[in-house]
Amino acid sequence: MAQGVLVITEQRDNAFRKVSYEAVSEGRRVADELGTDVTAVVLGSGIEGIAGELGKYGADKVLVADDGILSDYTTDAYTNVLAEVIKSREPKVVFLGASVQGKDLAPRLAARLDTGMAMDCVVVKAEDGGVVVTRPMFGGKVLADIELEGDPQIVAVRPNVMSITENAKDGSIEKIDVQAGEVKTTVLETKIEAGDKIELTEADIIVSGGRGTEGKFEVIEELAGLLNAAVGASRTVVDEGWRSHGDQVGQTGKIVSPNLYIACGISGAIQHIAGMSTSKFIVAINKDADAPIFSKADFGIAADLFEVVPAMVQEVKKIQ
Amino acid sequence: MDIVVLVKQVPDTEALIQIAGDGVSIKTDNIKWVMNPYDEFAVEEALQIRDANEGTVTILTMGTDKAVETIRTALAMGADQGVLINDPAAEGSDGLAVAKILAAALKDIPYDLIIAGQRGVDDDGYQVGAAVAEYMGIPQASLVIKEEISDGKIKCDCSIEGGTVVTEAPLPVLFTTQRGLNEPRYASLPGIMKAKKKPLDQKTLADIGIDPSTVGLANRKVKIKALNPPPERKAVKMIEGETPEELAAALIKVLHEEAKVV
Ligand SMILES: Cc1cc2nc3c(=O)[nH]c(=O)nc-3n(C[C@H](O)[C@H](O)[C@H](O)COP(=O)(O)OP(=O)(O)OC[C@H]3O[C@@H](n4cnc5c(N)ncnc54)[C@H](O)[C@@H]3O)c2cc1C
Ligand SMILES: Nc1ncnc2c1ncn2[C@@H]1O[C@H](COP(=O)(O)O)[C@@H](O)[C@H]1O
Repeated sequence: MAQGVLVITEQRDNAFRKVSYEAVSEGRRVADELGTDVTAVVLGSGIEGIAGELGKYGADKVLVADDGILSDYTTDAYTNVLAEVIKSREPKVVFLGASVQGKDLAPRLAARLDTGMAMDCVVVKAEDGGVVVTRPMFGGKVLADIELEGDPQIVAVRPNVMSITENAKDGSIEKIDVQAGEVKTTVLETKIEAGDKIELTEADIIVSGGRGTEGKFEVIEELAGLLNAAVGASRTVVDEGWRSHGDQVGQTGKIVSPNLYIACGISGAIQHIAGMSTSKFIVAINKDADAPIFSKADFGIAADLFEVVPAMVQEVKKIQ
Repeated sequence: MDIVVLVKQVPDTEALIQIAGDGVSIKTDNIKWVMNPYDEFAVEEALQIRDANEGTVTILTMGTDKAVETIRTALAMGADQGVLINDPAAEGSDGLAVAKILAAALKDIPYDLIIAGQRGVDDDGYQVGAAVAEYMGIPQASLVIKEEISDGKIKCDCSIEGGTVVTEAPLPVLFTTQRGLNEPRYASLPGIMKAKKKPLDQKTLADIGIDPSTVGLANRKVKIKALNPPPERKAVKMIEGETPEELAAALIKVLHEEAKVV
């Protein structure tokens, strides 16, 4: 009978993505409720050195698939290796992060294993020896409680939602045989933007600008820099060519869940809200006191962003 | 180059979504149905590839009678033909079952390339594209913002956190779309007129060799137990002050001391 929790982790350049710590922590919490173990899997090349870290967040065991063919992520190789791991270990629940990689991998694995998968889960509850999950649908207009049939249940957790908890376990390392099988895709190049840019989906704080910025993002950037925040944008801003597509937040952009989302000069269209409504705190700065964004915000300032944001910069400097 | 585009009909993004009496579905009476925005990118890209390489663009949809309208929209944009899998027994299928149905239909449609949306903005499932690729046994590329086809291979720029990764794979391939790929065209009036005469085949599950007892609402692996509205946020607290400096100071104070987020 399927049992145990397996967590598929993700690393880039030998550093785990933050969502992997979130997935291991959540896996541990659920495993404790189910009275079972957590096995984490690390895939890559030359990654044995980092594998031990996962014990700190609650992995009883860490499986290491270390092979040159896994140095870059490809759907084929990773699905082939992980499908075998899952077939031989028979976990009841598989966790992974709903990162870009997770969004490519989880549905393919679910199809291969003919089992239920849920993307972007925001709540996971242990029930009847497995889990019941909650995930947003219709751009966050509803939350669905979902039961997953089949073994294992594949649960992809939305980045930045589950808390990272230290809960030291053995974390003993076991190297596994890598049978990558036929790999048709070649990775030609990985282009990462300027190193200090904070990824929107992983940021604790986001300062976002809309049409109200008139494309002048200097003040937004300055505030973001001070707060160690990522810079986001509405679709209008991207359509105007003021910011790149990767900065867009919303239904056709990124879905983000920071601790703090500061919307400057954004009206609050439903498609924008779809991308940021699960943020913990939302601040809206808009000179129109009737802008719909205020109905979605925790704190609001009805004033000109070009006056308020620079003043916020000065205030943040005072407390730092 | 024969291209199949997987197109889903979804509620308009502006639609008010209300939970139905059964607690597990949404009210559909007053909803305006449109082509999934990510599938618009897929149709547009298919048309551009076809026009540069010759070949055909086929729209493949699983849906009900009302989905005809969405397929006609794609035909009006310029696609050549449509196939609609329309069978009451398929209704309520989850992503895996939809993918099985589409994969079965693809056995009768020649293709070098399949394009799907990254997700439907209805269930936000992120399932069907990758599952179809798995069932067809072909490589996939996700969240593509640029592609280039030559010598029987496709090079894709896929967006990842903080950048892009460029992959290459031999055709046939399935890729999914990301905003940035293109700006979908609108259907022109002559396009709409022409679309009325383009072939649109409707098929049942039996026609494509799918056993109805393996799909549909009763055979979901992803079972919706309940739908709930998202938790309400407390009413907004408007920050008061005479000057920008006062407003900024009061805001940073609550964020620092109350919310403890800065
Ligand atoms: C299918 C579809 C998908 C979409 N996807 C997305 C998406 O992913 N993300 C997204 O953002 N949008 C999306 N949209 C677009 C969305 O509907 C809105 O058009 C868009 O979000 C508006 O952007 P905005 O708030 O920047 O601009 P506007 O709506 O023009 O609002 C600008 C706001 O700035 C305020 N303002 C102006 N000057 C100042 C100032 N000096 N100080 C303070 N405030 C000021 C104004 O009062 C106004 O409220 C989508 C639309 C469709 C149809
Ligand atoms: N019923 C359907 N008919 C045709 N294509 C579909 C259908 N459902 C999903 N797709 C395709 O799969 C993508 C992802 O959908 P989903 O997995 O539902 O989020 C969509 O953007 C479509 O390209």
